[in-house]
Order: sequence, then C-alpha cells, then structure tokens
Amino acid sequence: MIEVRNLTKWFGPILAVKDISFDVAQGQIVGFLGPNGAGKSTTLRILTGYHPASSGSARVAGFDVFTESMKVRQHVGYLPESTPMYPEMRVREFLKFRAKLKGVPRAEIAKRIEYVSGECWLEEFIDRPIGQLSKGMKQRVGLADALINDPKVLFLDEPTIGLDPTQIRQTRNLIAKLGERHTVMLSSHILSEVEAICSDVIIIARGEVVARGSPSELRAKISESSRLISEIKGQDGEVAAAVKGLAGVRRVESQSTGGWCRLSIDTASGSDIRPLVAKLAADKGWELREIRHEVASLEDFFIKIVAEQGTVHSRQ
Amino acid sequence: MRGTWTISQRELLAFFCSPIAYVVLVVFLALNGYFFSFINLTSGEEASLRFLFGRFMPLVLLFIMPMLTMRLMSEEFRQGTIESLMTAPVSDAAVIVGKFLGTLIFYALLLATTLVYVLAVSMFGDPDIGALVAGYIGLLLMGGLYIAVGLFFSTCTSNQIIAVLTSFSVLAVLAVLIDRFASHVEGRLRVVLQHISVGHQFTEFVQGAINLNSVLFFVTSTVFLLFISVKVLESRRWR
Repeated sequence: MIEVRNLTKWFGPILAVKDISFDVAQGQIVGFLGPNGAGKSTTLRILTGYHPASSGSARVAGFDVFTESMKVRQHVGYLPESTPMYPEMRVREFLKFRAKLKGVPRAEIAKRIEYVSGECWLEEFIDRPIGQLSKGMKQRVGLADALINDPKVLFLDEPTIGLDPTQIRQTRNLIAKLGERHTVMLSSHILSEVEAICSDVIIIARGEVVARGSPSELRAKISESSRLISEIKGQDGEVAAAVKGLAGVRRVESQSTGGWCRLSIDTASGSDIRPLVAKLAADKGWELREIRHEVASLEDFFIKIVAEQGTVHSRQ
Repeated sequence: MRGTWTISQRELLAFFCSPIAYVVLVVFLALNGYFFSFINLTSGEEASLRFLFGRFMPLVLLFIMPMLTMRLMSEEFRQGTIESLMTAPVSDAAVIVGKFLGTLIFYALLLATTLVYVLAVSMFGDPDIGALVAGYIGLLLMGGLYIAVGLFFSTCTSNQIIAVLTSFSVLAVLAVLIDRFASHVEGRLRVVLQHISVGHQFTEFVQGAINLNSVLFFVTSTVFLLFISVKVLESRRWR
C-alpha cells in the first residue's frame, strides 16, 4: 500500500528526511515512532502530497505521490498534527464541505456523515460550531474528516496528543478497529500507544530510519542484553569483581551506600543468573536483600537506539 | 475544476460569519447612502448614478475591498487549514478561483444594495437604463480586479495586516495615483498611463459605453493576478 524509496527532503540548508525507505502492506497498522523533530510529520506530509520530496520516490495506494498527487489524495485520509479546522463552521457543515471536496458523491454524503459521526462519537456536538469544541472533540472531528471518503490509507499525525486518558483509550480502540478495514500509518512519540495498537513499528530519528519490526521483535532485540538489579552487603570493589566473574555477566555497575552495594548487572541474553548471584552471596557470606530482573521495554530500546543511532534491522 | 464551487460556497458563507463583512456592509451602505442622498440626488442634476459610480464608488471600493480580501488566504495559513486544503483532491487553481468567485459573489450582493438608488432615481427622473447597466458591469469588472489584487497579496503573506496594507497601496497606485500623474504629463506617456489606469478605463463604463478594450483590460489583469496567485500558492509547497 505504501512504498517509500530513498526519500529525502531538504528545507533550505536543513536536512529533515535522509534517504528513507520502507514498505507498508495493506491492512497493517504501522507506528511511526520518533523523538520530536525526527522527520515524522515531514514524511507524512510528503506521503499525503502536501510537500514534494527533494529526491526519492513514494507510492501510496498504487499511485506516485509526486506525479499522481490527485489520485493519491482521493484515496488517503489525513489527520494533521494541529487538527486544523474552521472555527466558524458547525461540525456537520464542516464534514459536508470536506466530503464534497474529496469527491464523495452527493447522494452519499449524508450517509457518510452519519457513519463517521457514529464511529467517532460526534453525535452530541455535531451541530455545534467547531470554535466551541474541546481539543478532544476537535481531534475526533479531524478523525471523522479523515474517514469521510472511506480512504484506503489513513495517515494520522499524533492522533492522541492532548487528549485525556479516557479519550486516549477511546481513540486507540477506534484506530485499532479502523485497522480492520483501512491501512493505517500513525506517528507518535508515545511508546506505550504504539506498542498497544501497532502491528509494526518504524523508528525514525534525525531523519533516518533506525529500526523496523513488530513491538515484540524490537523488545526481544533489547532483551538480548538484559539486566539484573541486586543489593548485596559487602565491600564495593570486592562484590563487583566477584559478580563480574560469574558466567554470562557482561558488565557490572556498582553504587555503594551505607555498606550496601547496589549492583546493576548486564548479562548476555538467555541466561538468568539470579540463582548464581544468590549462591555467590551465600558462599561469600554476604547479605542479599534484593534481586530482580529488569524487564526490557520498548522505551529502553527507543532511548538506546535514538541515542546511539545505531541501525538495528530485525527484518529486511 | 473540481471543488471550485464547493470552495466558493464555503467562502461566501464564511463571509456572513465574519464580523468584518458586516462592518464593511454597514460602512458601504452608510457612505453610499450619504453620498447618494445629499449629492447625487440633487434637484436640477441629471437623473443617473453617474456621480455615485464615477466619483465615489472607486474610492469606497479602494478602502473596503482590501478589508474583504485580507483574510482569504492569510487566515488559512495562520489557522493551518491550508494543510488540509492542499492535501484534499482539489488543485491549487481551484482553491484560488473558488475563493475569488466566493468573494465576487459577496461583492455582487453588496452592489445589489445600490439597486435601491436606481429605484429612487427612476421615481424622480428618467434615467438612461443602458448607462446604468454599463455602470454596473464596469463596477463588477473593476471590483473583480480589486478582489484579485487583494487575493494575491493575501496569498503572499500569513499576516492579514500586511495583506490589507499592500493591497491598499497597490490599488491606490492603480486606481488613483496613475490617473493623477497622467493628467500632469503630455503626449505618449500620458496615453500609456491612461491605458493602465483603472480609473480611466472605468470611466468609459460610467459614461455608458461598454468598450471591448476596457473589458479586456479588466478581464486580462484579473486573470493574470489569479494566475500568479496560483503560482505563489504552489510555491508554498516547496518551502
């Protein structure tokens, strides 16, 4: 559904998007994850036909975004980050206007408005002027606008930004449901959200794709190097050296407070050395008051990958 | 072009939701009303709207048109709605032409309020209908040009104040200053200046003559301005 090849975008002297390529198959819900300023919105704007790329190509729904821009726009629904709307229009009027612009046949407009207002829970304020709505309501109107022409592909730029927890959950459920009938590409810097809804994640930082895979695949990547936290009573250097000597230990960091060493132990994947640590402490006569596995999260992966900007490919 | 009429409709409706339009309407009615009642409709003078159209209207329009057009594109840029407009399957040309038409229709409605003066003059005298019709056609064409100028400057900036001031300055030059300057020079230069002066071209219509040159002058300059507005809008995508 979405094919991006060597897409690059310069804004004057600033390189916003650096030679990125990826594919999204039909029916997937893909999360486009990255810190602020990574190039997520720019990429989405290129794919929806707002900006032309400086070089490279992209195809959406089988049409080239540069040479067949109109066709792409007919098959795409886009929710920009700022959810722009006309404050003087009422919700229903606005949706009607957008439906007409997008080429929804006259006879079907009323039906489509009914449908999207049901899907996005707009009924209670559908006749209110947009200027009076809260952020969450506007977001839902924006989503309804993106859906109004029943597009094949949906591009959602930070769809849950600024919403309260209830609304976030509702929107997530809605997006997950939409994924059944449309291909969805959503951009976010909220990791938990991406983990929750997306079948696939593309991580972008400073204009480059740094990782790609499903949330579990990416988590597994970081679990290769998992971590133990332990608190042992003893001499700092001695304890650290002893633990380092255990099989499977890559690195030990130790902090000493009041006689207790707080150890952060990086181990090779697959090895759960908690029993080994416990036995070591018992053998040496050191008191042990904590030992736990730190579960790798997507957040760790994200921070690590963005910080070092290494390239981790979990599938090609 | 697809979507042009949809955009015109929205723009027209938006005018009625905007306080500026009502202020403009009131000012327009008040000024015209005053001028008409105390100057045009004086006993002994000819029964026509020539004074109103020829002397007064161009100046009134000079002030109110930039106010109507200043928000056309600038507001879209400020609000960010330009992004959803330019990612909808409508061409940039459709956007410009749509906004132009919407404003033109609103302007036509403004002009329609002066029909009451036609009625008044007919009651007290025997006006030349042909001259009146020509006058209205001239006003429409001239108004169209003014709208196109305002729309162009609105497309160039997201700041409404800049839009209104630059439109006003350019219109002042076109409509008033060139004419004044032309009357101070002689020969070839004067003829050239008169040909590009809106005031001069418009006078023909007020006299009752629908000259092809004058019609073309207005139509081609309007089309040219709309064309460069489209280009400026397109260029925004690359920035």
